[in-house]
Amino acid sequence: MKDVSFGQYYPATSFAHKMDARIKILIIIAYIVAVFLVQPFHFLGFLACLVFVIVSTIVAKVPFMRVLKSIKGILFFIVLSAVLQIFFNANGKVLLSWSFITITDQGLLNAGFLIARITLVVLGASLLTLTTSPVEIADGLESLMTPLKWIKFPVHEFALIMSIALRFIPTLLDETDRIIKAQKARGADFESGNIFKRIRALIPVLIPLLIGSFRRADELADAMDARCYAGSKKRTKYKKQTLTFRDVIGVLFIAGLIVGIVFLNKFYLFLVI
Amino acid sequence: MQIISVENVSYSYDKQNMAIKNVSFSVQRGEYVSIIGHNGSGKSTIARLLNALIKPDEGEVTVDGLSSLDKKNLFEIRKRVGVVFQNPDNQLVASIVEDDVAFGPENLGVPREEIGERIEFALSAVGMTEFRKSSPVRLSGGQKQRIAIAGVLALKPDVLVLDESTAMLDPRGRKEVLDVVEKLNKEQGVTVISITHYMEETVRADRVLVMDGGELILQGCPQEIFAKKDVLTAIGLEIPPAMRIAEKLVARGVPLPSGILTEERLGEELCKL
Repeated sequence: MKDVSFGQYYPATSFAHKMDARIKILIIIAYIVAVFLVQPFHFLGFLACLVFVIVSTIVAKVPFMRVLKSIKGILFFIVLSAVLQIFFNANGKVLLSWSFITITDQGLLNAGFLIARITLVVLGASLLTLTTSPVEIADGLESLMTPLKWIKFPVHEFALIMSIALRFIPTLLDETDRIIKAQKARGADFESGNIFKRIRALIPVLIPLLIGSFRRADELADAMDARCYAGSKKRTKYKKQTLTFRDVIGVLFIAGLIVGIVFLNKFYLFLVI
Repeated sequence: MQIISVENVSYSYDKQNMAIKNVSFSVQRGEYVSIIGHNGSGKSTIARLLNALIKPDEGEVTVDGLSSLDKKNLFEIRKRVGVVFQNPDNQLVASIVEDDVAFGPENLGVPREEIGERIEFALSAVGMTEFRKSSPVRLSGGQKQRIAIAGVLALKPDVLVLDESTAMLDPRGRKEVLDVVEKLNKEQGVTVISITHYMEETVRADRVLVMDGGELILQGCPQEIFAKKDVLTAIGLEIPPAMRIAEKLVARGVPLPSGILTEERLGEELCKL
């Protein structure tokens, strides 16, 4: 339960940690666009994205294992989409055929492409959350969304809700762990039976968790009131975000990646042959 | 000089059962007051009344001359009276210690540079400076509660109210918190109102108020209060262990002076024999 890596900040002082959160968010969005810009089967483009991830990881002084761990959470999703592609894609040259299953070269290529794409997106996104504290992300989003104030969107409240949600994830995971143990001690069985039975078995975990969350929310609201919280009016911010040379380098780096991929898309055949 | 005055205050959560019945007391600047009582004695309601989280149904609560009945005074009162609640997990807003401590001053609209100074001051006052950049999730209960105290101190309050702030802590955490509070009271002159159901915690106080069934039934210095053993036992409170041991020793003919409340004192007196 505790090894949820996605959204877990890895504290360090590095080039990437010191970058402005807003720029990092924009870079990661650009990076995800870049991954999707890679046209089918231009695996060189993915290689470029992978280089981007590896260089960023080194610059961020984050252990490679921590970054890789982020895939664990969506492993099931990756495998499922790959399996669907391999077994049910009927286009291309047939490599193997057995009853209703046909495996084609096209299917395999598609699966590989899909796996690479999802994995690269998740790796990039986890780099953002590993090098940027949830508060910085929330502040960064708040700052990026400032124009929305114009259409009366409650930007500050939205950012606060987000950062509180992030703050409570580990707390609620701990609590879930405790409730599961408590229910097991009372003889609850979470391991046997089919999938429906197991989901049913989770109800006695979810209900106390839900009720507990309401209680927590109530107490938190009191604590916030007691500390003079009154919405965004007259509020100052302690964390000030300023752009530095690091952000310029980061922007150049991602711009290079996108230019490279666009270039690859145009001239892929020339390069490969 | 008087800082808090509670005059003939009654309060009911559901308009039927009175949580507080006609309670009056006052607190002097720099005083250390303990409020003790059983669950449901109304002692936590007092905490909420003191910083204007709730308004009295009858009577009046004034802080530094400001009545909580007047809505305009709300923030002025909360600025002066900081409350630390029971569950450390449910009162920390941010995922990084310094951001959490900054929450209060940010709400007040304190300028950025000054927030930095206040964080510095508040964290050093509770001895947590080295954890400034860490995440509260990794800290012990006692440490989290010290961060919560720092978060309140950053508002520069005159009065610190502890609403059962040690109830969820292990003995070591409890001692940590109480030592910090005592230091704040002695060295910074912060007025302390400590609400608890642990008798031994009241030993540190200048004055003890005993609550039962929403009424204030006794008040006086710790010696005076503990001398009224029958009243305390009748409402389900126990005198501190050191005092009980001393009493039993005296009953067996050991010549100990009266008024021994702490283990340290008991040890000293026993060594003198």
